[in-house]
Amino acid sequence: MTTSKKKLVLIGNGMAGVRAVEHLLKLSPDSYDITIFGAEPHPNYNRIMLSSVLAGGADMQEIVINDWNWYKENNITLHVGHKVTKIDTESKKVTSHLGIEVDYDAVIIATGSNPFMLPLPGADKEGVIAFRDIHDCEVMIDASKKYKKAVVIGGGLLGLEAARGLLHLGMEVNVVHIFNYLMERQLDEQAAKMLQRELEAQGMQFLLQKSTSSIKGKRRAAGLVFADGSEVDGDLIVMAVGIKPNIELAKASGIEVNRGIVVDDFMQTSVPGVYAVGECAEHRGIAYGLVAPLYEQGAVLAKHLAGVETAGYAGSVTSTKLKVSGVDVFSAGRFDEAPGTRALKIQDDMAGTYKKIVVQDGKLIGAVLFGDTSDGSELFASIKKGESVAGREKEILLGISSDLLGQSGGGSSRLESMADDEIICGCNGVSKGTIADAIQNKGCNTVGAIKSCTKASASCGGCKPQVEGLLHLYAGDAVGDVKEGICGCTTLSRDEIVAEITRMKLMSTKEVMNVLDWSNPEGCSKCRPALNYYLGMLYPEEYVDENESRITNERYHANIQKDGTFSVVPRIYGGVTSPADLKKIAEVAEKFEVPMVKFTGGQRLDLLGVKKEDLPKIWEELDMPSGHAYGKTLRTVKTCVGNTFCRFGTQDSIGMGIRMEKAFERLNTPAKVKLAVSGCPRNCAEATIKDFGVVAIDGGWELHVAGNGGVKVRATDLLCIVKTEDEVMEWSSAFLQYYRENAQWNERTAQWVERVGLESVKKALENREDRLALMGRIEKTLSLTTDPWKQIVEKDELRKNFEQLSGAQPVQL
Amino acid sequence: MTTKLLVANLSDIDVKGSRRIIVKDIEIAVFRLSDDSVLAVENRCPHKGGSLSEGMVCGTAVHCPLHDWKIDLRSGRVHEPDDGCVTTFETEIDRASGSIYLTI
Repeated sequence: MTTSKKKLVLIGNGMAGVRAVEHLLKLSPDSYDITIFGAEPHPNYNRIMLSSVLAGGADMQEIVINDWNWYKENNITLHVGHKVTKIDTESKKVTSHLGIEVDYDAVIIATGSNPFMLPLPGADKEGVIAFRDIHDCEVMIDASKKYKKAVVIGGGLLGLEAARGLLHLGMEVNVVHIFNYLMERQLDEQAAKMLQRELEAQGMQFLLQKSTSSIKGKRRAAGLVFADGSEVDGDLIVMAVGIKPNIELAKASGIEVNRGIVVDDFMQTSVPGVYAVGECAEHRGIAYGLVAPLYEQGAVLAKHLAGVETAGYAGSVTSTKLKVSGVDVFSAGRFDEAPGTRALKIQDDMAGTYKKIVVQDGKLIGAVLFGDTSDGSELFASIKKGESVAGREKEILLGISSDLLGQSGGGSSRLESMADDEIICGCNGVSKGTIADAIQNKGCNTVGAIKSCTKASASCGGCKPQVEGLLHLYAGDAVGDVKEGICGCTTLSRDEIVAEITRMKLMSTKEVMNVLDWSNPEGCSKCRPALNYYLGMLYPEEYVDENESRITNERYHANIQKDGTFSVVPRIYGGVTSPADLKKIAEVAEKFEVPMVKFTGGQRLDLLGVKKEDLPKIWEELDMPSGHAYGKTLRTVKTCVGNTFCRFGTQDSIGMGIRMEKAFERLNTPAKVKLAVSGCPRNCAEATIKDFGVVAIDGGWELHVAGNGGVKVRATDLLCIVKTEDEVMEWSSAFLQYYRENAQWNERTAQWVERVGLESVKKALENREDRLALMGRIEKTLSLTTDPWKQIVEKDELRKNFEQLSGAQPVQL
Repeated sequence: MTTKLLVANLSDIDVKGSRRIIVKDIEIAVFRLSDDSVLAVENRCPHKGGSLSEGMVCGTAVHCPLHDWKIDLRSGRVHEPDDGCVTTFETEIDRASGSIYLTI
């Protein structure tokens, strides 16, 4: 059997070459014995996803395209860590640097490209790297642990990806670019400026029109010096200025090279039996660096090798459809507004979208899209076809996009009329036909299924809306149940969102909504406060709380009443007050003519009917901490008298309650939290309908959880019995923190425990080590809180929001 | 008759925030959106009269603090499934000085 097979050797275990082999195996599984050499010690992985590896979440496993098993299953001999040093084209043999020799009938060179390193003085210093492979990522991750500042040279796609990754790693990042705007090869100035604004909002800093003259520092790089004499500091310098085809091997083997390895339309080099594909190949003068053309080349080569008829590769009109840091951008053709062309543009700063089409002689020749790229494929198809659009220019600019103008419809008919071979997923080269086939013949009825079946939308995710569109078009009623998200803006659940935030270290609600494809760019009154809570819970130290994403009561630190007035409840720890405090409250109530003073159910005093502009004044005169009677936070710790006065009391319930209230006040929680401590089992503080209730018994304390006295009364479950006050603190801290970390926003402990089950909570808290870890985290969070009333009273910038605008001045017309 | 009034400076209003002003006995809420544009509507939710100035701003809409009605600040229209409308007022910003003008 094997003797009849021809021998194929692939040099380079990357995306382009392996893709060609994959294709070949589909067309003709038994015609070749295949050997693959790869210099990197990894199976074939998706280089486009390296920035996700940097983001810390995605590990090697997730970006691998063909795992070790794939090679085995297809009987491919794989030599990783082997660099091929020689192709003997006479005796048809390749040799690796470790001495392995393999004969071939056909050999494919797919050595890709090398990063272009600027030959700057100091470029050999420690801390100067490229951004090309997994090793570079590892260096970056290491550096981020020891150093703060990074500089990326190059404001192209690669540079921005690197910068984004470094930002995720917590570094301060400056991007240096020689041009006056970013990504000049893929975007026009307008779109580039919009992108820059977006990236700046995410924390990236830019130094444009800067030409680097040297790298400063001693042994390790310390920054850059520019031609204009200015400097920037940085302990890590990433060069991302471009790539150059890796042609060394071909050149040394006597194969014709120019910028790349010169190939014909069948990817054949100047030497028979030797082919080149991917970034190392130069076809009709062009060496491509994007994925789609490389896959097209791979497909042609596979057909050629399999003996299937093919018209050959005729070059690619490239389009770029990308997600840069959560922003969709698209460009195709010539979009530079050259002489003789006319451009039509529409810019919507509100929605953050921009669209430009360039027309010459009545034909569409180029386009740029920013923010909303749903028209990309259609525009690209029109450019490729070269059809006349005379008279329809404005229609194309305005009419095609249903999203740009908020009109409905049109989307599915557009997908319907699309040719089968049109590429939907540019990253993975998946055509409309392939996706349609997966839906109609392979039973895919969710985007996830299509993704795993065809790889469409598996990389940058930019084409997901179209994949969804096709799903609805072809699957109709068979579409799998669409998941209910936390609100109408997303289909993701709380747990999925929190996992993604952690994985990608997202740091603002805006970033979350952007990266996770929210349908409303600024969210709604349900998701924004929820995201704000999750981010604050996950990153108590780094996250800056977004006041504008808090519900009204939390923003004004008072309860809004139906007539627009507010109520004020000062903190009275454990419900124990003093004559002095009572006098103060009485005086303030009189002075501000507070319409009603009332005791609350939680043993506090409530001043009702306060005008908004009086709030800071009242707080100032009260000079008492906020009682937080308005927030998703610890409300009150209600206590009974206990053994201080009561003849039945077995423990100091007042002391215990005050200790807990002082420990947990100002704590942000998923929903409001009410505590109580009773001094004996008569339970006068009603602790068994509280979120966390403590009931004293002789010689100890019963700890009860998940009670509720509200809409749906629920008695607590007994969590455990402990002996000391310190143990009460340990268990209550651990319980509250576990609740903070696991419940959905706006979910009370009662609902939460019913949902997850008491046993799972008990289990999570049963080890002392785990309890102490939870306690450590809650203490960290609590140590960072301050009294909001005091803060507002002291800061005019915050205080202004309580006042009316001072007055209107008429303007002479 | 319409009057044009200088009512505030952009820096007086937080991003995604709002301030109130009473003009000709009408309470008006002036909003600053995330793109620094400014929109103004009567500060009264058509549902139960809630103060829209205290609501959460999402894109070009505000959620009323009382019952979460969602109102488009450009058109004054209430989003579905609810129904209603608030009066909108024309605004103008002098980008150089940050002055906000209101026409009423």
